[in-house]
Amino acid sequence: MIKRLLFLTPILVLGVLAIYFTLGLQRDSKILPSVLINTPVPEFSLAAIEGAEQGFSSLDLKGKVTLVNIFGSWCYACLAEHPFLMQLTKNKVLPIYGIDWREQDRTSGPRWLKRRGNPYVLVGDDPKSRGAIAFGVTGAPESFIVDKAGIIRYKHIGVINEANWNQTLFPIVQKLRQK
Amino acid sequence: MRRWRIATLLLGVLIWAPLIWTPAAGAVEPSEILKDQALETRARDISKGLRCVVCQNQSIDESDAQLARDLRVLVRDRLLAGDSDQGVVDYIQSRYGDYVLLRPPVKATTVVLWAGPVLFALIGIFGIALYFRRQKKLQVSGADKDRRP
Repeated sequence: MIKRLLFLTPILVLGVLAIYFTLGLQRDSKILPSVLINTPVPEFSLAAIEGAEQGFSSLDLKGKVTLVNIFGSWCYACLAEHPFLMQLTKNKVLPIYGIDWREQDRTSGPRWLKRRGNPYVLVGDDPKSRGAIAFGVTGAPESFIVDKAGIIRYKHIGVINEANWNQTLFPIVQKLRQK
Repeated sequence: MRRWRIATLLLGVLIWAPLIWTPAAGAVEPSEILKDQALETRARDISKGLRCVVCQNQSIDESDAQLARDLRVLVRDRLLAGDSDQGVVDYIQSRYGDYVLLRPPVKATTVVLWAGPVLFALIGIFGIALYFRRQKKLQVSGADKDRRP
């Protein structure tokens, strides 16, 4: 009996590994778990984009629940996301801050916002990825929910739309507001 | 005879020198390179150990991705600002996680990764040893049987 079990062991081990690897393969390797969740926003300070007076720094994110959104005029997915962010701002849902990431030149970001509307309270110009690196960003769009104490509570990779906003992001915002 | 030997030696040096002295062509652009040679060497060493988070199987030293380029520049800026090598790595690791290190650190969550292969090799060796010992015993006892009619 014991001997038979011994023979089965490799098959059992293989089975367990197979399940493990199958699950692993289904995970999108582009989506990295963020180590920044539940840590304070790393210090950063970005200059204003052309035409704006104030830039955007980590100090702006204290005292209220906010959404930080990394975008760029070169980013097609951001274009898809943009109308929904406009809607959030129009309905005064929460203050949104923007990091204008890696524009080819200083005018492309501001032009993009002028043509389509600016949903952001403040926008920081980020030509050298300093803001993006502070948030551990790997692509655009990415968004972060920051609580009143300036602590990152949630990271959303990809486009924010009505569905994931209502289902995931907004409930988190509401919960953080109650604290 | 001696002259020939010197000539061959010189020829050898000429052939091999470029291979040894040309710096490995990474993705580092001339404008990124620091004037301070020692700092630049440190920057290159650090960059080789950091994963490009966009392309994932290259180091930022090898990658042409824009984010990798910005990370390389950041590494150099921090070195210029007086950070230690470990300080620079910590700075990037605290934002991108262990994933950004091409050589994962040994700690509680990665111990299986590091110890796993050794453990399985030991189990294998143990199994094989067990098998051969039993085989030998069987042979011996079999031989004993033959001897006794």
